[in-house]
Amino acid sequence: MPVFSDPANFDAYVSGFLWILKMTGASAALALVIGVLLAGMRVSPVPVLRWFGAAWVNIFRNTPLTLIIFFCYFGLYATLTISLSDDLILNNFWLGVVGLSVYTAAFVCEALRSGINTVPPGQAEAARAIGLTFSQTLRIVVLPQAGRAVIAPLGSVLIALCKNTTIVGTIGLLEASNIMKQLINDNGDQVILIFLVFAGTFAAVLIPVGYFFGWLANRLAVKR
Amino acid sequence: MRMTRVAATAAAAVLALTMAACGDDGGSGTGTGSGTGTGSGDSNATGVIAKAQGGSLKVGVKADQPGLGLQTGTAYEGFDIEMAKIIAKGLGMQESGIQYVTTVSANREPYIQQGTVDLVIATYTINDERKTKVNFAGPYFMAGQDLLVPTDSTISAPEQLEGKKVCSVTGSTPAKRIQEKYKGAQLQLFDAYSKCITALAGGQVDAVTTDDIILAGYAAQPQFAGKFKVVGKPFSEEPYGVGLAKADKAGCEKINEILKAAASDGSYKAAWDKTLGKSGTPAPELDTSKLTNCA
Amino acid sequence: MNGNPVLYDHPGPRAKVRNAILTVVFGGLILALLYWIYRKFDEKGQFTKVLWEPFTQGAVWKNFIFPGIEGTLKAAATAMVFALAFGLIFSVGRLSEHRWISVPAGVVVEFFRAVPLLLMIFFISFGVPFLIHQPVPPFWSVVIGLTLYNGSVLAEAFRAGIRAVPSGQSEAAYAVGMRKSAVMQHILVPQAARAMLPVIVSQLVVLLKDTALGYIVSYPELLQLGVNVVAANYFNVIQAAIVAAVLYIVVNFALTGLANYLDRRTQRRGIKTRPIDPGAAMGGAGGGF
Repeated sequence: MPVFSDPANFDAYVSGFLWILKMTGASAALALVIGVLLAGMRVSPVPVLRWFGAAWVNIFRNTPLTLIIFFCYFGLYATLTISLSDDLILNNFWLGVVGLSVYTAAFVCEALRSGINTVPPGQAEAARAIGLTFSQTLRIVVLPQAGRAVIAPLGSVLIALCKNTTIVGTIGLLEASNIMKQLINDNGDQVILIFLVFAGTFAAVLIPVGYFFGWLANRLAVKR
Repeated sequence: MRMTRVAATAAAAVLALTMAACGDDGGSGTGTGSGTGTGSGDSNATGVIAKAQGGSLKVGVKADQPGLGLQTGTAYEGFDIEMAKIIAKGLGMQESGIQYVTTVSANREPYIQQGTVDLVIATYTINDERKTKVNFAGPYFMAGQDLLVPTDSTISAPEQLEGKKVCSVTGSTPAKRIQEKYKGAQLQLFDAYSKCITALAGGQVDAVTTDDIILAGYAAQPQFAGKFKVVGKPFSEEPYGVGLAKADKAGCEKINEILKAAASDGSYKAAWDKTLGKSGTPAPELDTSKLTNCA
Repeated sequence: MNGNPVLYDHPGPRAKVRNAILTVVFGGLILALLYWIYRKFDEKGQFTKVLWEPFTQGAVWKNFIFPGIEGTLKAAATAMVFALAFGLIFSVGRLSEHRWISVPAGVVVEFFRAVPLLLMIFFISFGVPFLIHQPVPPFWSVVIGLTLYNGSVLAEAFRAGIRAVPSGQSEAAYAVGMRKSAVMQHILVPQAARAMLPVIVSQLVVLLKDTALGYIVSYPELLQLGVNVVAANYFNVIQAAIVAAVLYIVVNFALTGLANYLDRRTQRRGIKTRPIDPGAAMGGAGGGF
């Protein structure tokens, strides 16, 4: 493997993928939290909350992620002067995480909402009958069942998130796709090898994750 | 059945669109460069000279560098574009046969190697690494890497970039130089200089680095009058060349001849005065002794 | 369960007061946030007339933005048609009984769903030309990349759709003596396609958003022309991006509206296909976002 036997190239390859993994981890956690909150807002009795949730989902689902990451840098950081770190690279990393989270949260919210729709109405009616409030109903009865029903779509969202982290490269973070571009530009004759290694790494990680979520969905499905 | 009708309309739509896409390479300056060329020429038959005789030449230029290569509407303007016109004229071709293709720093070599363009005149620095992939005629201008800073900045040399944030474009020579020689600087990379300039104006970065002539083009914009200054101490030599296919030695030598002629008959000066000269800097001398040997 | 009326009681007097308070508090917070954003933008001079003025000039729209939108739509439409064909072929291939067809089809689909679109576009744009010794125009880099990715997602969706057609249909077809290809062609695929219409159109929205990646290989779509080049001319990067974002939202919103309209139309025609939950059906690498 001539290209990757050069330690500098190999280090670049590894560091590129480490950024991808870090971004995926951080964004997934944040997106799940925000997504659950948004789903709760969209089914809540307060009209303003419903409106906010709907607005969030409609805006962020219909905007290309490239533009969202762009606005994270030029909007959040440049104009609103929200700096997430003093170090330039870490700052870009966190800005990317914020962008990815708000984008993915919209999809998590919609998946959860369709999950809420699969929970039989009897569950919520019984919860009301025994006197649970709205948030208690959601928290104790509905969301756990809804969550178990949508494990497969959430798995898809997670995998899409992992692939979307490559877009943070547009604000200069040296993640896998930027590293691949550099390596191809410098070693044009080994393009196929470079691409197969990078694509293969993604496939080797994401295909098993996909099957894992399929298995998990079956395991955790609510038997009705 | 409805499905077949829908399918038929879809197929017709696709055919129409593909026709439109393929027919796009007629107009100049739309930048789709649908490259029906047969790849890098390895004989005079497919070299630049032959292409010019055929009446059409595809030239890769920048679209976002004021004064050098800027897409203004459907046309392109700038010093590089004027050089393209001089070269086309020297090759015996009409100006209208030039087809401009937008290139970015990172795809100049691939575009030449794949035949997407015949020439690249896009603030293209000649260096040994690139010489292994493409051939260069020229240089037609000697730039130097420099820094653009706010007028009140204390930065006056690249060594002072330690710990500071400097911005450049992915894949460009200036970016690589900062990465290799000035590792203490924090490098912010974007895909376009306009974003770097916006970041500089907003204070997110402390300096923008690229060739001094490009920086001057931005600093001269009316919106930024008085806000930026070019430090004025270039710390490298960036000879701008005309990129063409590696094997096209004959084309390269012909272009060098055209450049020699332009230096003496005033067309070089006229090209400068029309574009970058508007900033007030007088036209430099084209040093014909430094022209490449087209190896 | 349709969420709202079931999850909470019809608001009584105390609930109404509580809702009103929450509305005021939350609404106030949002307004405060919006105002703060407005003030910050103003401080940085983002509302100055000279930055927004180019968008009032018809020339800017005619020379940059409309060609950009045209580029986006051209790539999206072409990619969509090819992706549909790709998806159809590979879904039927995956359902084949011959292992030598179904296994390679499966491998191809799984691979292209797992690889990031950006990587594929880079490879097609910079790598493939080294193989075929021919340039690959940016348009085709974007279209082929989009086709491979979205086609794979659609293949999985079609496969789920075909499997969701009630088994009685295919059993009856086999009972009257149809062969497998006839069953596929006349019974399964048409019903599956009708049920998958909303999924297909939502994938079109995804596709349209993904054309934005074309600017990285300088394909002249909306981001490249409408933001990068406009900004190079007028130095209003943020304003150009805002205009581009609004345009994207409007177009995608219209497409989603089209999806919902088609959904309602097919339901109104009384076609009794089992409703397919696209998310659950397409579990696995990449549900296409």
